Amino acid sequence: MAGEGVKLLGYWGSPFALRVRSALKLKGIEYEYQEEDLGNKSPLLLQSNPVYKKIPVLLHNGKSISESLVILEYIDEVWKHNPLLPEDPYERARSRFWAKFVDEKCVPALVGTISKVGEELEKGAREAREHLKTLESGLDGKRCFGGTKIGFADVAIGWIAYLARIEQEALKIQLIDQQNMPVLAAWIDYVLEDPVMKELMPPHDKVFKHMIDMREKLIAVVSN
Amino acid sequence: MEEAGGVKLFGFWVSPFAQRVKWALKLKGIQYEYIEEDKYNKSPLLLKLNPVYGKVPVLVHNGKPISESIIILEYIDAVWKQAPLLPQDPYERAQAHFWAKFAEEKVRQSVVEAMCSSGDEKQKAVKLAVEAFEEFEKELKRRGTKFFGGETIGFVDIVAGCISYQLPVHEEVGSIKILDSSKFPGISEWIRNFLNHPLINEGLPQKDQMFAYYSKRSKEIAYQKMSHKTV
Repeated sequence: MAGEGVKLLGYWGSPFALRVRSALKLKGIEYEYQEEDLGNKSPLLLQSNPVYKKIPVLLHNGKSISESLVILEYIDEVWKHNPLLPEDPYERARSRFWAKFVDEKCVPALVGTISKVGEELEKGAREAREHLKTLESGLDGKRCFGGTKIGFADVAIGWIAYLARIEQEALKIQLIDQQNMPVLAAWIDYVLEDPVMKELMPPHDKVFKHMIDMREKLIAVVSN
Repeated sequence: MEEAGGVKLFGFWVSPFAQRVKWALKLKGIQYEYIEEDKYNKSPLLLKLNPVYGKVPVLVHNGKPISESIIILEYIDAVWKQAPLLPQDPYERAQAHFWAKFAEEKVRQSVVEAMCSSGDEKQKAVKLAVEAFEEFEKELKRRGTKFFGGETIGFVDIVAGCISYQLPVHEEVGSIKILDSSKFPGISEWIRNFLNHPLINEGLPQKDQMFAYYSKRSKEIAYQKMSHKTV
């Protein structure tokens, strides 16, 4: 599909940029990708997102759109094939609800846990598990949030698939238990096996190392 | 219990989130049944309708519950097409989504944060709130229209609108000053225009009752933050 001047400013390790890349790929939209150095943001990024100065930013027809979930909705409205959001307003509300829940509860819990040790780490893991268990209820026993195929919420939440597994490994904690969260565990497998999503997930070793490095830095900051 | 097509709104008298939904329903002329919930003594029904958060507002339509005020607004706009809240153009819609999120996360939340905190934290919070207001003022100026929605009230106005009647209360409770009308003429004018609309101004909570509520609530929030820190 010819991209009518579509450009994405992103960062390899950002789950928010991953959302946008997934959406563009699922719809077969061609775009130019610009990897940003978060320690040295480009003038284009600062210009296109003056309010937050963050990635991802989608540039289309000379206009810029920021905030990953806002970008997803924009993409879905401009390119109407392979819709991400369901037709029904109630189901749309449900998709948005779970995407928001992940950003408000799961993201802080998972990210916050990275820098914790000892008892705090256990507490952090427990809190993250609680939110993941709640997230599982959103699946309602289905194989994915979109019902029969990957949709808005799956794209919004899909990054948990790779982050949670790597976090379990790196921090030696239990997050998504096959026994306690079988439906969510099955969903993770489904997402990671999807050909589009699979190709976009950053390489395991790179994310693992990045997480370990970040953890060490954050622990050092806290103990100083 | 509910007849098909019936609209129910579960709210709490002082909740700015429930107020957003009331405004949307009123602007579209939608008949609804309002159920007042007590924040400190929630009904089993509310907890059943919103098991994840247990909070108001919850809109029940055709027997199905929808929660989260901004998501409810989108639902209302999709189902009832009269007096549209969101623009048609995808880019303009994206801008509306963006600024609504900003209004909730950066403007409203920062004011509450400034109200409830003390000392250094309070100073920092006030600074953040003022910065958020500056961005908001800039955007209003850039648009050059009476409301964010244009000449009529729209999505962003409704989401941001709670500051129009709650900000003075938050400022008083928190002993803070954020909205300097000489510094923020655009926002001040927008507030005046917003509150001038009869459907917006109708039935807003009384100032003294809000003051009493937020005085208590402010202490609760401060205590919660403190106990979270020491654990």
